[in-house]
Amino acid sequence: MSIIIRKDQWINLAIIASTLWFIWFASSHFDEYTVRILNNIAIFTILAVSYNLINGVTGQFSLEPNGFVAIGAYVTALLLLDGDAKSYQFDIEDPYPWVLALHANFIWALFFAGLFSALLALTLSFPVFRVRGDYLAIVTLGFGFIIRILAINNPEITNGSLGLNDIPEFSNLYWTGGIALLAVWGILNIVNSKFGRAMKAVRDDEDAAIAMGVNTFKIKTFAFCTSAFLEGVGGGLLAALLTSISPDLFTFFFTFQLLIIIVLGGLGSTTGAVIGTVLVIGGAEWMRFLDEPMNFGFFETPALPGMRMVVFSVILIFVMLFAREGIMGKRELKDLFKKAKK
Amino acid sequence: MILELKNVTKKFGGVTAIKDTTFRVNSKEIYGLIGPNGAGKTTMFNIITGNYEATEGDIIFRKEPLNGLKPHAIVRRGIARTFQNIRLFKSMSVMDNVLIGFDFQAKYTYFESILRFPRFFGEEKRIKKRAMEILEYFKIAEFSEQKATDLSYGQQRKVEIARALATNPVMLLLDEPAAGMNPSETEELANLIKSARDDFDLTILLIEHDMKFVNQLCDKVLVLDYGKTIFEGKPADAIRDKEVVAAYLGDFVSHD
Repeated sequence: MSIIIRKDQWINLAIIASTLWFIWFASSHFDEYTVRILNNIAIFTILAVSYNLINGVTGQFSLEPNGFVAIGAYVTALLLLDGDAKSYQFDIEDPYPWVLALHANFIWALFFAGLFSALLALTLSFPVFRVRGDYLAIVTLGFGFIIRILAINNPEITNGSLGLNDIPEFSNLYWTGGIALLAVWGILNIVNSKFGRAMKAVRDDEDAAIAMGVNTFKIKTFAFCTSAFLEGVGGGLLAALLTSISPDLFTFFFTFQLLIIIVLGGLGSTTGAVIGTVLVIGGAEWMRFLDEPMNFGFFETPALPGMRMVVFSVILIFVMLFAREGIMGKRELKDLFKKAKK
Repeated sequence: MILELKNVTKKFGGVTAIKDTTFRVNSKEIYGLIGPNGAGKTTMFNIITGNYEATEGDIIFRKEPLNGLKPHAIVRRGIARTFQNIRLFKSMSVMDNVLIGFDFQAKYTYFESILRFPRFFGEEKRIKKRAMEILEYFKIAEFSEQKATDLSYGQQRKVEIARALATNPVMLLLDEPAAGMNPSETEELANLIKSARDDFDLTILLIEHDMKFVNQLCDKVLVLDYGKTIFEGKPADAIRDKEVVAAYLGDFVSHD
C-alpha cells in the first residue's frame, strides 16, 4: 500500500481531527446545558446512522429501534447498578438473585448491551425477513411493543413501570462523541464495501440482486444485526446519561423521531443521518424560545408550550415538498466534493 | 452436454405452464427458446434459475441436479441471467452494478470490511480491475461512473449482460435480449453475443421473438406452445414446420 495520503483521506482526517478537538473544547468550555444537548446529538447520531443502515441503505422498512434501544438501556443499567443499589430500589417484586449478581464496568456493559441486542436481532431475522415491505414494518412495529410490555410485566428483572433509577452517570461527551465517531466510521466502511453494495442492490431490486448471486437473507441479517448492535450501545449510553430509565421512554415515538431524522437527512445517506440528527435534536432545543412569551414590539404573545413542534412540523413539510428525497438524497459527503470538481 | 432438463412439468394451481419438457443444451451452444406469448419460456428460465421449483422432473447442470437449490446458490454454480425488462440497480453507477456480480467472488469477511483489513483493499482492487476489463470488452468503460439508468436503452442492455458475466458463469440465460432494439442495434448485439460466447467460453440459452435474430445466432431452437414442446432442431427448419406455423399464425388446415 502506498504511504501517500490521497485528497479524500486528508478530508476524512481533517473531519476526525476537528470532531475530536470539538469534543475536547465543548466538554471543557461549554456550560452543562449545552454539553447535555451535544451528548444527546452524539447518541442520536449513533442511533440514526445505524437505523439508516437497515432502513435507508438496505431498504427494509423496519420500525424496531425503540425495542433494541430499550434492551440496550436495560442491559447497561442492570450491569452498572451494583447489588445493593438494585435491592434498594426494586419495590414491586423482589429481583431474581441472578439479576442482583449482574455487574460489570462501563465498557463491558455497553458491549453486552450491543451484543444482546444483536443476538436478539439474529433470532428475530428468521421470522422477520420472510416478509417484505409493509408486512415487515408491521412485524417490527409489534416487536417494539412486545419489548415495552415485557419490560412493564417483568418487575423481577426490570422493576416494572417504575423503571431503574440512580444509574451511575458514566456517559460524557468523550464517550458519546467517541463512540458516535467510531459508529459513523464503521457504518461508512460497511457501505463502501461489497456488503454495502449488496445492501443497496437489495434495496433497488431484490430479485436482480439474487440473480447476481447475492445471498439477500444473509445481507439483510448483517444489516439488521449491525444496526441492532449499535442501537443497543446507543441505548446503553442513553441510560448512563439520563441515570434513570422506564418503559415509557421507549415508546413508538422514539422510533418515530429517528424515522424523522433519517427521512429529513435523506434515506440511505449516512452523512444525511448525521445532518438530520443535528437539525432535529439540536433544532428542537434551539427552537425552545418559540414556546416562551414573545414580544414583537407592538404585540406580545403569551407562552405557547408546543409551539416549537408546530413550527418544526411546518419546516419538515417544506423540506419534504422541496427536497423529496431529504436534504442529502442518497448522496454522501464525498459525492458533494465530486460535484464541485466538475 | 452441459444442461439437461428431464420431463419437467410446472403447474400453477390448475394451470400447467410447462408440460413434460425434455431438452439438452450442449457445451458452447447457443440455444434458442421460442414460442408465442404465454408459451412458458420465462417460466422455463425461472425453473432453471431456481426462482420456481419444478412440480415434476429434474434439472441437471454439469452432471449435478439443481432441484431444490436456492437461486443465489445456482448463480454461484455458474448460471447467470438477464431479465426481460431491464432490471439494473437504479441508484448505483455502472461500475457498482457490475461489481455486484463479483459479490461472492470477493473474499473478505464482514469484520474485515468494517475494520479495513489489508485483504479488503487487495480484493477490492482485484475485482475492480476485472470489472473494468468486462466494461472495456463491452465498450462501456467510459460510462463507469455514471448512473446506470442514465444510459441509453441499448447500453443498459450491455450493462445487464456485463453484470451477468461478472458472476463468472458457464452458462448465460438471456431473456429477450433484442427486445426494443432497432435493426442495427440488434445486429450489433448478435455479434456481441457470438463473440462473448467464444471469449468467455459460454453456453447461451436465450428467449427471443425476433426470428431473424434467432436464425442468425442460434445453433438449435426449442419451440414451446402452451407449455408443450412442438419442435426441436435447427432454426431454419423451425420456420417451415407445420405445427410451429400453426402455433404462431393459427391452424388454417384441419378443422373439419
